[in-house]
Amino acid sequence: MPKHTLSVLVENKPGVLARIAALFSRRGFNIDSLAVGPTEHSDVSRMTVVVDVEELPLEQVTKQLNKLVEVLKIVELEPPSSVQRQIVLVKVRADATNRSHIVETAELFRGKVVDVATDSLTIEITGKMEKVQAMLAVLEPFGIKELVQSGVVAVGRGPRSITDRALRSA
Amino acid sequence: MTIVTDSPTPTKASPASLAHARPRPGSPAAPQPTAPAATAPAANGAQAPVAPQQVTGAQSLVLSLEAIGVDTVFGIPGGAILPAYDPLMDSTKVRHILVRHEQGAGHAAEGYAAATGKIGVCMATSGPGATNLVTPIADAYMDSVPIVAITGQVPSASIGTDAFQEADIRGITMPITKHNYLVTNPDEIPRAIAEAFHIAGTGRPGPVLVDISKDALVGQTTFSWPPQIDLPGYRPVARPHGKQIREAARLMAAAERPIFYIGGGVIRAHASDQLRELVELTQIPLVTTLMARGAVPDSHPLHLGMPGMHGSVAAVTGLQKSDLIIALGARFDDRVTGQLSTFAPHAKVIHADIDPAEISKNRVADVPIVGDCKDVITDLIDAIKADHAAHGRPAYQAWQDTVADWKATYPVGYTPAEEGLSPQYVIERIGALSGPEATYVAGVGQHQMWAAQFVEYSRPNSWINSGGLGTMGFSVPAAMGAKVAEPHRTVWAIDGDGCFQMTNQELATCVINDIPIKVAVINNSSLGMVRQWQTLFYNERYSNTDLHTSHNSVRIPDFVKLADAYGCAGLRVEAPGDVDAAIQQALAINDRPVVIDFVVQRDAMVWPMVPAGVSNDKILIARGGAPLWERED
Repeated sequence: MPKHTLSVLVENKPGVLARIAALFSRRGFNIDSLAVGPTEHSDVSRMTVVVDVEELPLEQVTKQLNKLVEVLKIVELEPPSSVQRQIVLVKVRADATNRSHIVETAELFRGKVVDVATDSLTIEITGKMEKVQAMLAVLEPFGIKELVQSGVVAVGRGPRSITDRALRSA
Repeated sequence: MTIVTDSPTPTKASPASLAHARPRPGSPAAPQPTAPAATAPAANGAQAPVAPQQVTGAQSLVLSLEAIGVDTVFGIPGGAILPAYDPLMDSTKVRHILVRHEQGAGHAAEGYAAATGKIGVCMATSGPGATNLVTPIADAYMDSVPIVAITGQVPSASIGTDAFQEADIRGITMPITKHNYLVTNPDEIPRAIAEAFHIAGTGRPGPVLVDISKDALVGQTTFSWPPQIDLPGYRPVARPHGKQIREAARLMAAAERPIFYIGGGVIRAHASDQLRELVELTQIPLVTTLMARGAVPDSHPLHLGMPGMHGSVAAVTGLQKSDLIIALGARFDDRVTGQLSTFAPHAKVIHADIDPAEISKNRVADVPIVGDCKDVITDLIDAIKADHAAHGRPAYQAWQDTVADWKATYPVGYTPAEEGLSPQYVIERIGALSGPEATYVAGVGQHQMWAAQFVEYSRPNSWINSGGLGTMGFSVPAAMGAKVAEPHRTVWAIDGDGCFQMTNQELATCVINDIPIKVAVINNSSLGMVRQWQTLFYNERYSNTDLHTSHNSVRIPDFVKLADAYGCAGLRVEAPGDVDAAIQQALAINDRPVVIDFVVQRDAMVWPMVPAGVSNDKILIARGGAPLWERED
């Protein structure tokens, strides 16, 4: 199924995340990735939701989301016209013999080593989902001890701002 | 919020023009409020500005309810909501009716709302009080009934500690409310109440819950009215799109076999008058769903009856064979469509609903129209008149003849029982003797379907039932609420012996509060609809459906004695010859509720029937009996 990235602007009130998550699960949609944070307006939060759905169910979930009183605006961000990023921290098994090899690999993906121990390295990488997955595939053979990744965050390309428009003519 | 209060938008409903607001009967002839936008709504009629005064949160709550025009609250006090009940005792405007179970309060609020279009109000304490409201709230959500539920919550410092009688009712009701609130600051009570009523009554109506912590009720605050409403994300659509209306009119002109599929949205939008005009103008046949009975009189020659699982042959087949379905305030529920993939395979669809999420949810619409049914129909009438003027009136004569033939050949009927009493006959006589001005409130099951089929409806809001959720036990408390809302009407609870045993405790409420409803228990000593399915699909193995309330069995309980114990008049009817006299007697008793135990034969089944999950083409008019179709069909 195709992935869709939705930017959902919501009122920054308690319980909003629960409402949205519950709506997805009640209507039978799986959330691929979810990121929530404040915006330049203190009373507005932004959620970036990646879902695996076909066009018609996507329309249905968008309409259902729009019915939530605390949802201000929903915009679908198409990959070609938006920047989409996620961050991953990965702890890889590493000893003196292969440490420099791993560091080189990380650098190929513009990853950064953020912590070193005698038998491990922690690497930070930011990028598109595909790039992150590619690096993880290369690191896999060394032995991944621990992996944590954020949800995708996304913003449209160009000068226009969806938060601006949301606030002007909700 | 700073971001929106100053952004007037065309779609934001002016609170003063609440679509469903009606003046309270018996209220002084106050002028209609003309409050500016972004102030509190005049939910149930009355509203006057109130100067700031120092009060408790509880007083603020009661003052808010008074200011918004609430005349009736159904509820039960308890620990957390106790502070609210003290000022409520002194209110001369708000009548609190003490029910016997919170579920009764919720259904009563629904009955009150469904009978009038006003917003029903129920109140309960925290924990079990609140969770007992869950069923009626879910019911109201499914059937778009505007109610506001107010619950007490444990003190805010105790929230999250598993305190005594604590339940996260806001979390619990998130998926079954249009919106809900947890209020822990007394200053926020008036705004939360005003917003709750605004949301419940505008757009697609529905339930809103306001949970108020005990410390917010006890705390000091300043009350003034109206509060500032702040709902930047709530924009119920108002006017339908002109282009879509014209497109719909064009499709209707081009169709050969069009049919109106009328849903409960027409009732909620108070659009029956407009709908009747539309039907007269177009002469297009129509069906009314379970939620829309009475939107157009059943006696209308173009009315084909109710569609769906137990719909008439003409209605079910009319939809199946149509080439254009004009759905107004309906939602293509599975009980109407049967197997969706085979539903009305040749039909284009015009779908008008106030909720955009309903459009193309189940069946993809060719012409979607988002808007209030009353506006949609009014605009359609104008567009069709223009179309008639320009291109002449389309003739659907062949189609009208065909559906009239189906209607005449396959009327909804029943074969009277050879022995004992036919439930259909009882219900038919109740309708005939009580007339169209009475209100009929059903529970859920066989008796509900018979009440939908055999009472002849001609008035919107005269039929109240639990359609979407299918809540057994709905009838008695909802009838109570309907009777409170319209005391001048005869209100029948047409109930089953199973349903009646779920909520009959509200007879006590009716007796004590002088709410003389009439209850017809269609007593087949069974969970009848389940039994019917066991007969048809489980080889007549009657697992756990015998209720032992009559029929060669003990009468546990004896409904006549039960009625007597509650202080109601109790009657029993077991022979067809006694039916009319008992109904007449019940109609003559108006100083207390009446319960008639109609002991009916238990093998009666609801026909026609489309078995679950199969195509509507497979409609059966009796066990093993399908209609005979013309060869060319």
